[in-house]
Amino acid sequence: MSTNNLAEQTAAFETINGVGTVDLAVQTVRDLNQALHDQHKEMTIEKWDVLNPKGHHNLAVGVNQKLKIDIHGPAGYYCAGMNQEAEITIHGHTGQGVAENMMSGLVRVKGNASSAAGATAHGGLLVIEGDAGSRCGISMKGVDILVKGSVGHMSCFMGQAGVLAVCGDAGEALGDSLYEAHIYVKGSVKSLGADCIEKEMRAEHIEELTELFERAGVTDQDPRDFKRYGSARQLYNFKVDNAGSY
Amino acid sequence: MTEKRKYMTVPRESATFDRLTMAEIRRAADTGIYDIRGAGAKRKLPHFDDLLFLGASMSRYPLEGYREKCNTTVTLGNRFAKKPIELEIPITIAGMSFGALSAYAKEALGRGASAVGTSTTTGDGGMTPEERGQSTKLVYQYLPSRYGMNPDDLRKADAIEVVLGQGAKPGGGGMLLGQKITDRVAKMRTLPKGVDQRSACRHPDWTGPDDLEIKIKELREITDWQVPIYIKVGATRTYYDVKLAVKAGADVIVVDGMQGGTAATQDVFIEHVGIPTMAAIPQAVQALQEMGMHRKVQLIVSGGIRNGADVAKCMALGADAVAIGTAAMVALGDNDPKWEDEYQKLGSTAGSYDDWHEGRDPAGISTQDPELMKRFDPIEGGRRLANYLRVLTLEAQTLARACGKNDLRNLEPEDLVALTVESAAMARVPLAGTSWIPGQQQTF
Repeated sequence: MSTNNLAEQTAAFETINGVGTVDLAVQTVRDLNQALHDQHKEMTIEKWDVLNPKGHHNLAVGVNQKLKIDIHGPAGYYCAGMNQEAEITIHGHTGQGVAENMMSGLVRVKGNASSAAGATAHGGLLVIEGDAGSRCGISMKGVDILVKGSVGHMSCFMGQAGVLAVCGDAGEALGDSLYEAHIYVKGSVKSLGADCIEKEMRAEHIEELTELFERAGVTDQDPRDFKRYGSARQLYNFKVDNAGSY
Repeated sequence: MTEKRKYMTVPRESATFDRLTMAEIRRAADTGIYDIRGAGAKRKLPHFDDLLFLGASMSRYPLEGYREKCNTTVTLGNRFAKKPIELEIPITIAGMSFGALSAYAKEALGRGASAVGTSTTTGDGGMTPEERGQSTKLVYQYLPSRYGMNPDDLRKADAIEVVLGQGAKPGGGGMLLGQKITDRVAKMRTLPKGVDQRSACRHPDWTGPDDLEIKIKELREITDWQVPIYIKVGATRTYYDVKLAVKAGADVIVVDGMQGGTAATQDVFIEHVGIPTMAAIPQAVQALQEMGMHRKVQLIVSGGIRNGADVAKCMALGADAVAIGTAAMVALGDNDPKWEDEYQKLGSTAGSYDDWHEGRDPAGISTQDPELMKRFDPIEGGRRLANYLRVLTLEAQTLARACGKNDLRNLEPEDLVALTVESAAMARVPLAGTSWIPGQQQTF
């Protein structure tokens, strides 16, 4: 096992062909996260491989450096939580809250994501190549989320800003209590939530979706096949006439 | 006197339909909207005034008031955190948001708390530079809305408080009405200017105590296990909540009773949900003791703390520290009679003003109006708060010494008696002059 000086001070990891490698069959989640956080002070290793994740929670959380991290297998809750700047790829499924409160960077899930994917995230891009569970993009605050499959119920609940694009179908109560997040769905929508309505797909929205597909590396989708949903803005201020909507 | 007048009855007001009740019925009928207000429960509740200390005499030995030391320091969060919080006094400032309060008011809270070596707390809406800059010890609230939540601020915090609820509205989310969503507040919360902001009542990415355990580990991982993590609950099923919070990995548990204030919520919520602070403490302490965690997981109590006697009584019942919110606002100048004319214009009076959500606070504290904000001097406000905190501490020390205790945390339930059957049952101390604790087996 080779280590660099920085790693000796904190956590041990292997360096294989210049790639930092943390094997969670041997090392701990703490070792992994500390090693990644230490790169914020001085980036000595840009690329990282995480082996044997086996559904461990809290993998690669709080990363704040332009690292490229590949997690080779399924991850548990909050994988890539609060990510800043890093490009994190999960080669498997993820548990609840992947990329929750992400600020910037890119998180890509090769499999499916459980509920609350991208919850409250402020920025960056989350790409889910499979399906996402319920509450995908809940309270999103500026992140862009692209789901190549379908999303579960209550997705984009209280979504404040950013884009949620769904290439499959959406479950019940899509965009409930929506603020200013933009929602695009290609397939069917089981139902819309309170104050969420279908809106006209104008040129700027085609452009927005086109740009999102480019950033996400998606080449097999046509923005013109999507419908747009947004806030009717009727519940922004309390009116007694709307009491039945609450 | 005529025969008819002689037999007229005196007009009798209904205890059930009293004037306030009927006024509320008329107001509801006029507007169609429930009453929203700030502050905590205003109804008469069993409270710390119903408890008395048993000062030392023959069977106990008092300490000299001005000569013998009575320790007030407390360490919070030494269960897991590498850097626990060391407080000079066991009285902290509760979470109050920038948005609900002006940036100057938040700055003053930081100044006052720092001057006496204690902590202050952010609130819904994130951390402001004014607050961080003036607070030597700042607790960062992690709330369901996650407004303004970012990992950089998380790492700047001296502790993290995961808020599950507050005493004024357990089970409810916050409100910040459109009048106070100014450009700066809107930007920090990523909201359109002027909307009536309704915060979520539960966290978006976990749903139960097992999830919370994982969430807390995430926060620890992100902050490299450096800072303590608190869990704050509104007082309801406190015994069970505290046990679950310990299991979830809390370093510190904050229990907020129903007298605890809020910036804004429905009056019906404030007055009808939760339990009194005094009733919550013994439940929390029992839970901690049964788990062998009393004093290892520290207990902070809030909700209606007004003076040093309240502080001492909380600590005698087993708290490690207390938090103040409403009292801190009063110390800053909220509801000061010098603004009486303006309170009258708002349909209120000094001492009763609670429409903090409207943003028209004459004292310039619970507002975002630039002209009103100018009335409040953060340096003077900080000085006043520091003075008040010192008085609370001196008063608590006075009572502790009288009970023969050289540390506030040495106060114990045995030092207390209750004036009413209700308070004896809730606080689990004997009714004064008896050995009777209602609901408890008699042991002697």
